[in-house]
Amino acid sequence: MTTAPRLLQVDADELASAVAGLVAEGARFAGLFATAGDDGATILRALVAHGGSLELLAAQLPPGRRHYPSLTPSIPAASWYEREIHDLFGVVPVDHPRLDPLVLPLVGTEPPFPRPGSGAEGGRVTLDCSPLPAHVTGEGLFTIPYGPVRSGVFEAVEYLVESYGEDIPHLRTRVHYKHRGIERRFSSLPAGDGVLLAERVEGTASVAHATAFCEALEGLAGVEPPPGAGLVRVVHAELERIACHLDSVIRHTEGAGQAVAYARLTLHKERLMRLRAQLCGHRFARGVVVPGGVSGPPLLGAAGALDGVERLEAAVAKDTHALMQTPSFLDRLRRTGLLPAEVAVPHGALGPVGRGSGVAGDVREARPYGRYRQLGFRPAETRAEGDALARQVVRLDEVASSFRLVRAALDELPRAAAGGRWREEVPVVDGIGLGSAEAPQGELVYLVEVSAGRLRRVKPRTASFHNLALLPQAFRGDILTDFVFIEASFGLSMAGAAG
Amino acid sequence: MPWVLRGLREGVVTTPYPRRPDGYGESFRAAVSVHRQDAPAHGREIVELCPTGAIAIEDDTIFLHRDRCILCGRCVAADPARFAFEENPETATIGRRPLVVPPGDGDEEGLVRLRRDLARRVRAFRRSVHIRHVDAGSDGSEEWEVAALLNPVYDVQRLGIHFTASPRHADMLLVTGAGSVGMAGPLRRTYEAMPHPKVVIAAGVDAASGGLAHPTYATTGGVEAHLPVDVYVPGSPPSPFSLLHGILLAIGLVETGATR
Repeated sequence: MTTAPRLLQVDADELASAVAGLVAEGARFAGLFATAGDDGATILRALVAHGGSLELLAAQLPPGRRHYPSLTPSIPAASWYEREIHDLFGVVPVDHPRLDPLVLPLVGTEPPFPRPGSGAEGGRVTLDCSPLPAHVTGEGLFTIPYGPVRSGVFEAVEYLVESYGEDIPHLRTRVHYKHRGIERRFSSLPAGDGVLLAERVEGTASVAHATAFCEALEGLAGVEPPPGAGLVRVVHAELERIACHLDSVIRHTEGAGQAVAYARLTLHKERLMRLRAQLCGHRFARGVVVPGGVSGPPLLGAAGALDGVERLEAAVAKDTHALMQTPSFLDRLRRTGLLPAEVAVPHGALGPVGRGSGVAGDVREARPYGRYRQLGFRPAETRAEGDALARQVVRLDEVASSFRLVRAALDELPRAAAGGRWREEVPVVDGIGLGSAEAPQGELVYLVEVSAGRLRRVKPRTASFHNLALLPQAFRGDILTDFVFIEASFGLSMAGAAG
Repeated sequence: MPWVLRGLREGVVTTPYPRRPDGYGESFRAAVSVHRQDAPAHGREIVELCPTGAIAIEDDTIFLHRDRCILCGRCVAADPARFAFEENPETATIGRRPLVVPPGDGDEEGLVRLRRDLARRVRAFRRSVHIRHVDAGSDGSEEWEVAALLNPVYDVQRLGIHFTASPRHADMLLVTGAGSVGMAGPLRRTYEAMPHPKVVIAAGVDAASGGLAHPTYATTGGVEAHLPVDVYVPGSPPSPFSLLHGILLAIGLVETGATR
């Protein structure tokens, strides 16, 4: 269970300096969100991670005020968050260096802004989807628009590659194509349905999203799930992590033309998805995590599940071991997509992307939730190299560690579940709750504001959004054919980034 | 061990489907069925229990709209006498109306016309089809299930099914997602770039109706708002078996859907 977040009130003009002050003391900037008040006011909330705890700094913009001093000049990681707030609320961060649209390029100067958090339902928006002008100009330079409909089965996103033909001096990302207004959708749902939508924010990380959302509700109500439920959550969350990491490795093998490795790993991934379905009836484990616990024990029973997990673990270990000794594969990854620690650390890079560039930090250790502490979780070692290979090594370490956690949780399950209780009643309590979980992509934080028993504002802060801002930084010295590895090694979900 | 031997070690792992049913394909939840149609005394409660409004009561008779059902199982838990999970993954349908179960007596003629029109168009494919996938605002899981069709278990190339990068080479458009406003233009342009005849599949409840992601200011409630849809595949997300069934149904390699 998460402890209540520390809430600090500051003046909107002081927000930037207050956050910069905390960051100078060693805190990590973890996000900036806005919420609309019914009277036209806007509340800005900055999320800061301090050691093991999260803090929220809130600043109120009174009705009619639509600007505040930008955080980005002192904290560059705030750039995308401020662009998002600008798109959704029409609030201008003064002195932001480049306030281009990001998630919602609305048409007109005074469009109806969605303003999540306000009660009024707006109509459908109109978007300006015209091509972007080139940022970098010069002789022989041209722009390659790649997406949103890309070759292969991918999520919709547009990359604008500015290039002389081989080198990529500049890359821009447009994620608005699949923006679904999902944050606004939370507010129209009863609190009990929120978890179903959370599972669909970033569909490949359903368990992590459901867990973080439920952690927030459980924290508000002061309810702790039964121990058996905590273990079942670990089993499903770690199987989800293995699936996502395998998917990243699969995309590397596909890009490198490793046909047999590709076939073998897709076979393992399919078997893993089947095992997940056998455990709960759903290939993405939707419906397992519910507020107060889980919907029930693994359908196969702990012993049956353990058997399937062990077989899969052995098969994955053998093939990934062979892959990591295949020079024609490793050559494509080594020194590709370099993300130096000097960039990753100040940005607060999350998950395997951060750990591949020397940024430690895993929610399972920093703010242990569920049963991770009792299971003796140890985070993966960070790597200093910062290339696609380092991220890959981190992922494979995590796959091994996740298998161990799943086995440990299944071993423990018969004892812990002796009482037969799988969920506690969670009353809907008004207030602001923070819930977090380590998603396969990295730290996931849910800000959940409940007012009069309704979900007034739900803001999932995904690692995909936070890390995607770093992607253009990883192209120094790389050429077009490295693109697939750099993208795959970030392992991000566009649904999670676009919202 | 060299990779080539690794690849041969396990022998054939490919599913016998559609030649024979696949045991696994029938081992997990693919749809919700209505076993008893009489509305109970607590009828309104059952309707309100459904987070996507998939349950309707007309003249004291229960209907379930599979194009909206996200398989959360609340109705099954609350009223197991009336609702049950079905494990047959052949859930795709030609046209949207057959997704309402149990089938009412409606416009049979319209359905027959729809099937005949589709059959006429796909004749030119000669039972081989090139597919262009477009994400129109999915949650990301649908892409995994579509991509799974290319793994050795489903291995759809064996059935003459291929994915293509260019819409110019595509016979079939496979669309996922709730129809985000931002994808309206690219989706339309992809469709227009395809040669005739062409077929459109809406894959997943999000693509069929918008699912739980709809309504918002940025979704349009599925693909239908943008393109004429031929085949619907329910599921949140649809499993690879259901997707494969949808593709085979569209090109006439299996007869009808949801009949068993």
